[in-house]
Amino acid sequence: MPQTFTYVFDTPVYKGTSSFSTGIFINGKFQDGSEGGYIDVINPTNGKVITKVSEGTAKDVDVAVEAAQKAFDTVWGLNCPGFERGKLLYKLSELMTAHADEFAALEALDNGKTFGWARKADIEAAIGSIRYYAGWADKIQGNTIETTKDKIAYTTHEPLGVVGQIIPWNFPLMMISWKLGPALAAGNTVILKPSEFTPLTALLMAQLTVEAGFPPGVVNIINGYGTTVGHALSHHMHVEKVAFTGSTLIGRKVLEAASKTNLKDVSLELGGKSPNIIFDDCDIEQAVNWTVHGIFWNHGQACCAGSRIFVHEKIYDEFLHRFTEKTKSLKIGDPFAADSYQGPQVSQQQYDRIMSYIDSGKEAGATVHLGGSRWGNEGYFIEPTIFTETKPDMRIVQEEIFGPVGVVIKFHDDDDVIRQANDTVYGLASAIFTKNIDRALKTSQRLRAGTTWINCANQLHAQIPFGGFKQSGIGRELGEYALQHYTAVKAVHINLGHEI
Amino acid sequence: MTGLQSSRLSLGGGGDFRGLGGLDAGFKLLLELSGVDGSGTVEELFVVGVGSPVITRDSEWVSCRQSQEQEEKAPTICTDTKQTTASPSGSSLPVMDRIATKMSDKFCRYPSTNSSVKDIDVAVAAAREAFRTTWGKNVTGIERGRLLNKLADLMERDAQVLGELECLNNGKPLKIARDFDVGDSVACLRYYAGWADKIVGQSIEIDSKTKFAFTKHDPIGVCAQIIPWNYPINMWAWKVAPALACGCTIVMKPSEFTPLTALKLSELIVEAGFPPGVINTIPSLGSVGGAALSSHKDVDKIAFTGSTVTGRKIMAAAAMSNLKKVSLELGGKSPHLVFESADLDQAANWVALGILYNTGQDCTAGSRVYVQDTIYDKFLQILIGKAKELVIGDGFDEKSGGGPVVSKVQYDKVWSYIESGKQEGAKLALGGVKRSGKGYFVDPTIFTDITPEMKIVKEEIFGPVLSVGKFSTEEEAIRLANDTTYGLGAGLHSSDANQCMRVSNALEAGTVWVNQYNLLYNNVPFGGKKQSGIGRELGSHALEEYTSVKAIQWNFGEKLDWPL
Repeated sequence: MPQTFTYVFDTPVYKGTSSFSTGIFINGKFQDGSEGGYIDVINPTNGKVITKVSEGTAKDVDVAVEAAQKAFDTVWGLNCPGFERGKLLYKLSELMTAHADEFAALEALDNGKTFGWARKADIEAAIGSIRYYAGWADKIQGNTIETTKDKIAYTTHEPLGVVGQIIPWNFPLMMISWKLGPALAAGNTVILKPSEFTPLTALLMAQLTVEAGFPPGVVNIINGYGTTVGHALSHHMHVEKVAFTGSTLIGRKVLEAASKTNLKDVSLELGGKSPNIIFDDCDIEQAVNWTVHGIFWNHGQACCAGSRIFVHEKIYDEFLHRFTEKTKSLKIGDPFAADSYQGPQVSQQQYDRIMSYIDSGKEAGATVHLGGSRWGNEGYFIEPTIFTETKPDMRIVQEEIFGPVGVVIKFHDDDDVIRQANDTVYGLASAIFTKNIDRALKTSQRLRAGTTWINCANQLHAQIPFGGFKQSGIGRELGEYALQHYTAVKAVHINLGHEI
Repeated sequence: MTGLQSSRLSLGGGGDFRGLGGLDAGFKLLLELSGVDGSGTVEELFVVGVGSPVITRDSEWVSCRQSQEQEEKAPTICTDTKQTTASPSGSSLPVMDRIATKMSDKFCRYPSTNSSVKDIDVAVAAAREAFRTTWGKNVTGIERGRLLNKLADLMERDAQVLGELECLNNGKPLKIARDFDVGDSVACLRYYAGWADKIVGQSIEIDSKTKFAFTKHDPIGVCAQIIPWNYPINMWAWKVAPALACGCTIVMKPSEFTPLTALKLSELIVEAGFPPGVINTIPSLGSVGGAALSSHKDVDKIAFTGSTVTGRKIMAAAAMSNLKKVSLELGGKSPHLVFESADLDQAANWVALGILYNTGQDCTAGSRVYVQDTIYDKFLQILIGKAKELVIGDGFDEKSGGGPVVSKVQYDKVWSYIESGKQEGAKLALGGVKRSGKGYFVDPTIFTDITPEMKIVKEEIFGPVLSVGKFSTEEEAIRLANDTTYGLGAGLHSSDANQCMRVSNALEAGTVWVNQYNLLYNNVPFGGKKQSGIGRELGSHALEEYTSVKAIQWNFGEKLDWPL
């Protein structure tokens, strides 16, 4: 039997006890991994072990696929009307609301993000996403199509079947909700693999799916490693689709696995190196505030982080000064302190990776304008870091760092900044700051990115699609668009008299 | 203060209204409704607008305990506000009687005041203010959806009470009112709760270098909604849910026959947390409140469900006032075709449901059944057997599958049609005999040997009265079916798929049921062709009735030379 994790939070921002099973969750039950392994869960604030959770492997994926297929064939999918699916999702959103503070505390503990931001951003968005897709469940419709008098044709948008979902550690519960919402609304059954770095909120969520009344096998959650569980899902012959959010490197592997096995559908939401463009006619104070949020929110661990900050040469000095001052005011510290803006990075690996990028920037000759060092003596804290005097071919300008590191780059005019902004293999997001709406719209048209924010940054809504151009991904999450990736269209032709 | 005190509508004792007993119970209900203690003075009543001002201070209560003679004189339905009834104190004011249909006893009444038109003005003003400040574009779709879901939760909680009120007021069986009328209405609210944050326009490419355009689907504004007495809760939900999801504000006029559940639901609106003025409920007569709403200059849209006669009046009023948008869901004389290849037992079940559900008081009632001649005799025999199985009785009796018709007027109307059928030479195959005793009961009635010009074949009866005709070919069946000014529903029963498709294509109706009848789903649109209506309810189509599309054309690069 898997152990129960019980944790007493006694913090300035949250007091309460959280308790749930640490097993893998298959067919409505928590259980040990078939090979009996465990994964240590580390507190990034101090590097210490919080608990251990059961580790799933490929064998467990096989069992889960069978359970998910059975649920799909008997109690879910076309066996359960959309209205009922919607009711269950709505119920789940209500339960999440009841546990909202607890979820936020678990994220702060496990991921290192601050409780305050987890509560108002991650958890709110997660609940909103589940509630939004609850509403879609009974609104999935095909078309009837006029052809000839002798024929009636219509389409049905049917669920795909068993889908695998692999999510990252940067917004654990929010990513679960972005994935589960559309998949369940459309009638699929799910095997979800959380990140091995942040398995906790997924376990509480698994428990809530039981309370909400989802039939066993509809939602399965397997903690484990990418090389085992992720690999097994991507290669599985009976998994109809894999949705992955994470690095471009792994995204390629998922796509490759699909191409070599059952040609499963793949949707990918990958990395970015998103441009954040400050025109000389912007509201500087607002532009500074949004730019800080754009790069430093969630400690820079956001795929849509505005990590390349392009500033018009006319206001470069003033902007840089004010941006630096604002960044200096960000309070780093304990995620459970009421005034903390930034906590630790999620893991030792990430810490090392980010520090190696900072080193590479220094070595390549860029100027460390602010930060550039570890913060404190324990945990994985890194000072908010600003580079200037960069060159386009530097790694810190080209590659996704996924940390609190921004590069500030000067530009001369609109054509120049468009050229530089689009000079990347990525195309996830972009932000534009100007009071001239004509300029904003023209720039928006010319940017190659799945999202352009005008006079704002890092804004996500359940109703608005999100996804990448170029190597930032395939497909879209959120909005009605996400449903396309969880349904298969069937065209039905009815012959009313065409004889041969 | 609102006219309706919170919790006073609750029936107490676990909602067992019968326990209070007869007339007195009704009287108590009214007293509680009106917030008075029986002293005879109505302090406040009528505008149950959430937070909207109370108007009728000067009204005086007419006791239910008036003499039998006065009761006889009192108009059962007041179609003219000038009609007055003497009150014990000697003052005169119009009175509307509430009829307990199952007993044919008056169980409560409330005054129809001279200020009804003024009430409408106040309610419209409250709705306008809410639309301008706290609703419409001032709240997100997410919030509107949240409130609708909350309202659905509350209706679910109060299903028993709502069901009992409906049973009492409309006469339909409690189990049907509670499980179907309330249950479906909860689902309808949830369905539109889900739409509230999914109302999207289009973005349209014009010239990507210089221009683009997009559309916004704005809420229309202040909507008047007039609903009938046959499904008081469902019709309320069908109207209110899409309007609120889109961000409109509402002045609701329930039927004067069945205002109670709309009042109870108004309490729930408050409890759910809708801002004041978003929904205003005014029980009133059609000739007063309905007329005032239809011709009101500041009502942006009117949605009506009811008779074709009244639908025309509303459209005329819109035409002559401010050209408000109109959607109408009107009468029907829906045909139901039974072909020789049909599963006759199943077809008979659906045909029986089609005409007998809700005691035939259904705009989609399948009131004309045409049966292929080869199976006519056999089918008729099965159908008569099915109709006989239905227990029509007291709505509070769990055995009852059907209750009385809603009112004395309706009862008289149905019987006049039955008499006309007899006189015009149709043959009674079942029913057609009045029961003795109290209550507006009409037993299932089936006419055969009909001809197209008979009134029972041409006109909407709105009762459990079925006309059965005969056809020999598919073409003839289609011709007979379409030979009507109406076009609401149609049904066909056949096991030949090609025939199903051909015939469903040819039938002129807003809904065609194939091998079934009368089932409605919240995500499937509903409405009429021909003179059965304008617009559609339910589904995403209903959202179009409560939004107006604004095209925004944006130039960000083209320079205009002048003069041209």
